[in-house]
Amino acid sequence: MQQAIERNVSYQPVIGLEVHVELATQSKMFCGCRNVFGAPPNTLVCPVCLGMPGTLPVINRRAVEFLCKTGMALGCDVAPFSKFDRKNYFYPDMPKNYQISQYDMPLTTGGSVRLASGKRIALNRIHLEEDTGKNIHAGTSMAASEYTLIDYNRAGVPLMEIVSEPHIATPEEAEQYLSALKSVLSYIGVSDVKMHEGSLRCDANISVRPAGTSTLGVKAEVKNMNSFRSVVRALRFEIERQTEALTSGERIIQETRNWDDARGVTYSTRSKEQAHDYRYFPDPDLVPLTLDDATLAQWREELPELPLDKRDRFIAEYGVSEYEAGILTEDRSAAEFFEAVARACGDGKQAANWMLGDVRRSLEKHSLTLATSPVRPAQLAELIRIVAAGQISGKAAKEVCDAVVAEGTDPQAVVAQRGLSQISDTEAVGAMVDDALAANPESVASYKGGKAKALEFLVGQVMKSSRGKANIDIVRELLRERLG
Amino acid sequence: MSSIHATSLPTGHALREAIRRRERSAEEITRAALHDAESLQGPLHAYIRLLPERALERARRIDGLVRAGEPLGTLAGVPVAVKDLFCLQGEFTTCGSRILENFRSPYSATVVEKLEAAGAIIIGKTNMDEFAMGSSCENSAFFPTRNPWDTTRVPGGSSGGSASTVGARTVPIALGTDTGGSIREPASFCNIVGVKPTYGRVSRYGMIAFASSLDQAGPMTADVRDAADVLEVIAGYDPMDSTSVDVAVPPYASELPDDLHGVRIGIVAEFEASIAQGDAALAALYKQAYKDLERLGAQLVEVHLPHAQYGLATYYLIAPAECSSNLARYDGARYGRRVDGDGDVYAMFDRTRAAGFGDEVKRRIILGTYALSTGYYDAYYVRAQKVRTLIKSDFDSAFAECDVIACPAVSCPPFELGAKSQDPLAMYLMDYFTIPMSLAGIPALSIPAGYVSDLPVGLQIVAPAFHEGRMLAVAHAYEQATQHAAARIPAVRSEGARAS
Repeated sequence: MQQAIERNVSYQPVIGLEVHVELATQSKMFCGCRNVFGAPPNTLVCPVCLGMPGTLPVINRRAVEFLCKTGMALGCDVAPFSKFDRKNYFYPDMPKNYQISQYDMPLTTGGSVRLASGKRIALNRIHLEEDTGKNIHAGTSMAASEYTLIDYNRAGVPLMEIVSEPHIATPEEAEQYLSALKSVLSYIGVSDVKMHEGSLRCDANISVRPAGTSTLGVKAEVKNMNSFRSVVRALRFEIERQTEALTSGERIIQETRNWDDARGVTYSTRSKEQAHDYRYFPDPDLVPLTLDDATLAQWREELPELPLDKRDRFIAEYGVSEYEAGILTEDRSAAEFFEAVARACGDGKQAANWMLGDVRRSLEKHSLTLATSPVRPAQLAELIRIVAAGQISGKAAKEVCDAVVAEGTDPQAVVAQRGLSQISDTEAVGAMVDDALAANPESVASYKGGKAKALEFLVGQVMKSSRGKANIDIVRELLRERLG
Repeated sequence: MSSIHATSLPTGHALREAIRRRERSAEEITRAALHDAESLQGPLHAYIRLLPERALERARRIDGLVRAGEPLGTLAGVPVAVKDLFCLQGEFTTCGSRILENFRSPYSATVVEKLEAAGAIIIGKTNMDEFAMGSSCENSAFFPTRNPWDTTRVPGGSSGGSASTVGARTVPIALGTDTGGSIREPASFCNIVGVKPTYGRVSRYGMIAFASSLDQAGPMTADVRDAADVLEVIAGYDPMDSTSVDVAVPPYASELPDDLHGVRIGIVAEFEASIAQGDAALAALYKQAYKDLERLGAQLVEVHLPHAQYGLATYYLIAPAECSSNLARYDGARYGRRVDGDGDVYAMFDRTRAAGFGDEVKRRIILGTYALSTGYYDAYYVRAQKVRTLIKSDFDSAFAECDVIACPAVSCPPFELGAKSQDPLAMYLMDYFTIPMSLAGIPALSIPAGYVSDLPVGLQIVAPAFHEGRMLAVAHAYEQATQHAAARIPAVRSEGARAS
C-alpha cells in the first residue's frame, strides 16, 4: 500500500472497538460453577471448566438471554439460528486449548450504540464465548518468570464480545462509546461492567489516514487498557505514533500492541502467538442454538427503558436540562430514584436540583451512595414539599437533607427534633418586625435617608430575636412594607 | 477354578436370575470373573486394570439387597468390563495412552453410573487402541490384546479388550465405544454381539472423546437379550450431554421375537458387489446369513447406498479434524503426563505430546490439523460434511424400501497380529462396512454369523435412527435360529483346558 510522505498532510484516525463483557449470570457459560469475582484461586472449578477428559459443555440459557437482550437494546438483528465454534490455539490459561466461541453465525449482527451527542456508532456483531483462566506470572511476563500460576476461576465465565464498525472518529468519541455502552449494559443488568475487575475489557483497532481520503490505513490492535482513561490515552498515543511514522516516511505494520499505563506508551507484543491459524470449526459437542419467536418476544418485553430514552423523556416530562437529565440517567437505580421523588413531590425541576446538589453532597460527605444510604424517595419529596411550603428555611433544609440522607429519618421528625420549623405566620413575624423597628429608630432613619443597607441590619435584628426561625423572605417583605 | 458359567455361554440375564433365585451370590460370581480375567490376562491381555476391591465391595452390597429382599436392578450382580476410556471416579482412566497413564478421573461417566445404578459390577477396565484410534487393539500404548478364538490373531479394535473378554466368556457384558466401527468390528472378530446405538441415544459425558460427532457408547455382550438389557439401562437423555436426545427409551428386552414375518430386510447392492470380489468363503457365509433371515420369514429387498463408497474418505477427514481439537487439552499443564520444557511452556507442550502420544494418534492429529487449516477447510472439512449429508440421505432412501438393512460387518475374519500394523490404509479399510452408519448417526449391530476357517464373522444389522428395537428384534430372531456363538467354545478355553 502506498503511504503518504508529505509533511503537510494531516491525518485522521479510524477507530473500531472490541469490547469483552463478562455476563453476570449465576453460573458459568458451559458448566454449573458459580460465576463470581474475587474467590480464592481455583475454588470455582469443576471437571468441565477444567477441560478434564470426557467432559462436555452445556449452554447457559441465561447467558444467551443476556446477550440477546443486549442485542435488542442496541437494535441488533438477533439470529433465531446460530452456532458455537471452536477457536483452536494453545495457551496454558485455556483448559481445552480451544475456546468455544462463535465464528460465522454470531447471535446478533448489526445494531448501533447511541452516544450522548446523538451520534450512532454502528456495530458489526455481538457474539457469545467463554472466558479464559488467568495466568499469574512470578515475574513480569511468562517468558521472564521462573514459574506461572494459573487460576481457572475465570475459565468458562460467559463472555460477550461487542464488535463495533470502525466508525469512531476520535479518542474522546471512543470514551463516549464506552460510557454509553456501559450505561446500557448496566441498565439491562447483564453485567457488572467493572473495568478494574475485568468484567468490561476493551481492545482497540486503530489506523490513521490522510484527511479526506477513504481508504483504510494499516491498523494496530491495542490491548491491555484498564480504564476509559487509558483507552483515551492509548488512542492518543497511537494517533501520534502512527502519524509521526507516516510523516517521516515509515511504513506501519499490522500488529498487536500493549498499552503500558505507567509509561504512557504502546509497545509491540511481537509474540510468536501472532501467526495463529485458529482453525475454527463448529463445536460438535453442541447442537446449533435455535430461539423461538415467543422466547425472543418475551425477552424484548422484559427490556427496561434505556438510558438515552429515559434522558429524553426526563427532559420532556420534568423540564430538566439535557445536562441534568444526562447525569440523572447515568445509573438506572439513581434515575428511578429521581423519578420517584419527582412524581411524589410534583416538581421535577426541584427534585433534580436536590438530587444533583445537596443529596449528592451529603452522600459524598457520608461516603454513601443512593444504594447504601437509607434515604427513601418519599422522604426527599416530603423535604421538597415543606421547603416549598415555607415550613423551613433553605438553610435548615440543607441540614434536614443531610440527616435524612445519613440516617433515613423522616424530614418532619428532623425538623421537630432540631426545632428547625420556620415562623411564616405574618402576624407573628409582624410583631417581631414592629419590635425591631421600635428598638432601632436610628436605622429606620438612615434607611429612610436613603441608606438601603440599613434594611439588612433590621432583617438581621429580627432574625436574631427569632433565633433564626423567622421566614426571612416574609421578614424582608414586612420591613419594606412598614418602612414605606 | 472354572469360569463363571455352568453352561458354555454365560449370559448376564442367566446370572442375574441365578442371583435373584439365590442359587449363586454376586460375590461368588464376581470372584470367579476376577479370577478368570486374571488367569486369561496372560494369553489375552484384555485388561489394563482389574478393580477387585471395588468390584467385590459392590457385589457384597448386591448380596445384601438380595438377602433383604430389596428390589434389584436389571443388571444386579452381573460382572461387566468397561473400555478404559470411561471415566470412573477415583480410578485410573488411561484411554490406552501414555499421556493419561497416571490420570485418575475426579468423576464418573454417565453410562458407568447408570450401569452401577442398575447393579452391574465393574470388574475392570479393558485395553483399547490409543484414544480409540485403530481396528486391531495393537495401537494400545501398553500391550496388544489377543483374540480368544485364536490368540495369534487380533481381537479387532478399538474396543478390543472389551470384545476379547466377552468373547472369552470371562464376563457376559462389556461397554465399548464405536466411532467408525470400534464396537462392531471387534464384536465380529470375537464372536459376540456388539451394538452401536443411534448417535445421541447414549450419553457421551465422561467418555473420553475421539471424534465427538461420531463417538457412541454401546453394549458388547454374550447375546442379544443382554445387549437389549444393557442398552435399556444406558440409553436416554443426559442433561450433561447436549448432543444426547430426549427420545423415550422403549423396553427393548421385552420386544424380542423369534421370527421375522412381515419384516423387509434391505441388502445393499454396492456392498454385495464389494464382498463378492473378496474371500469366497466369506461371501458364501453372508449369502447363507441372508438365506437364514429369509427362512425366518423376512422379505429381502435390494437397496442402494451410492455414496457409501466415499465413507472412508469422509470419515478420515471429519474424525481426525475433531480429534485434533479434542486432544489439544493433553498438554501436561493440568493432569496426565508432563515432560518438562526447561522453562518454556510451549516446549513443555511439545515434549509432553511428543512423548505421550503414539504414532497413530499423531498421524490423525496432523491429518486433522491440516484439514482444518485456513485454505483447506472448505476443500476438506466442509466438503466432507456435505458428503456426510449425502450418505445420510442414501440411508433415508434405503429405509423407505426396508425396515432394517443386513450387510457384512467386516471384509475379512480376524487377522494375525502385525499383519496390518505397518499399513495404515489397510487398517483403515477394515471399517469399510461400518463407517457409513457412523457418519449417518444411525444404529447398527454386529451379531455372530458363523465361521470362516474356524474364525468368527459377524453380520451387521442396521436400522433407522432411534429404531434400535427393530434391529435388536431381527438380531434376536436370527440368533435364536442359528446359535452360531453358543455352538462353539473359544479356543483360549480349550487351550487353557489342555494346559491344566
